[in-house]
Amino acid sequence: VSESPLVHLAVTFALLSIVAIGGLNAVLPEIHQQVVEVRGWMTDDELAKLVAIAQAAPGPNGLVVSLVGWRVAGWAGFAVATLAMAIPPALLAFATSRLHRRLAAASWLGTVQAGLVPITIGLILASGVVMARAADDTPLAAVTTVLVALAVWHTRLNPLWLLGAGAALGLVGA
Amino acid sequence: VNADLSAAEADVRPTRLGLFLGFLKIGLCGFGGVGPWAHRVIVEERGWVDDREYARLLGLCQMLPGPNVGNVAVCLGDRFHGAVGATLALTGLMVGPLGVLLAFIGLYDRFAQVPAVDGAVGGVAAAAAGLFIGTALKLAGRLRPTRVAVLVGLLAFVAVGLLRWPLVAVVVGLAPLSIAAAWRIRP
Repeated sequence: VSESPLVHLAVTFALLSIVAIGGLNAVLPEIHQQVVEVRGWMTDDELAKLVAIAQAAPGPNGLVVSLVGWRVAGWAGFAVATLAMAIPPALLAFATSRLHRRLAAASWLGTVQAGLVPITIGLILASGVVMARAADDTPLAAVTTVLVALAVWHTRLNPLWLLGAGAALGLVGA
Repeated sequence: VNADLSAAEADVRPTRLGLFLGFLKIGLCGFGGVGPWAHRVIVEERGWVDDREYARLLGLCQMLPGPNVGNVAVCLGDRFHGAVGATLALTGLMVGPLGVLLAFIGLYDRFAQVPAVDGAVGGVAAAAAGLFIGTALKLAGRLRPTRVAVLVGLLAFVAVGLLRWPLVAVVVGLAPLSIAAAWRIRP
């Protein structure tokens, strides 16, 4: 196995992209494990801030992977991480699209979905807890996490407002 | 299948450029989540597919790995313009946000030494963690899960979030059990 960061980025993110049902937010704990604990590419705090920046940007979830690549290996890392994250699921979606009519008629599909959804929800919750541990270095930050969680749970506010409120609270605490 | 075909024929077929631009708009407008914008552009604005077909497509795409709207882009792109269309739609969706992301990180790196900037980004990080937690709770509530589903979700959470077991192994281990349980209670 090569020790090159680019190879490791490609293998890690390509593998994770395949198990990331419902999007890459579900696999943040494993990204954290690889990037912070196994490879030591950045600290807890640095990763939490990359996640924050990715959440504040528009677009599909999971783009934090591109930022991790950029931080680890510059432009090459950005390109490799982005492609590794995007191509495997895209190929799978393409294959599915070609089988669309046959698959849509199959009743087992709903059963598979019913089986996978609880896992995805458990993993998104795990992502939140892992990220909270990394980001909540002050009581104010912990309060922010709890308030935002409650607001998302019980209201239909656009998440962007909540991120903005987080920024304001962070500014107050700084 | 026949009704399906005639419905598909009634839809507005985008050009390659239209496909790219439509998904570019979805990507760039989707601050705080692209889902609502995808529906708005694809169904309401451009009429590429109707509501029912969109719901079916999204349901299919939610089961696949990768971002849901990314998968919708690939499927719709392929439907209208084959592999080229799929590539154009997915590229359109991603290129805008990636550009914004690079601008953000450039700004952040430049001003990270300013305590106020670092504090604000730290606050967003704390909020983002809450976003994930709240989303999981909201989804779990909507699902009205069976006892087995609650157990599976909790196992996945504890194993990955608290015990920090390898995620791939946990998913590969839990998925067959969870699907088998869902199979037993299927209507």
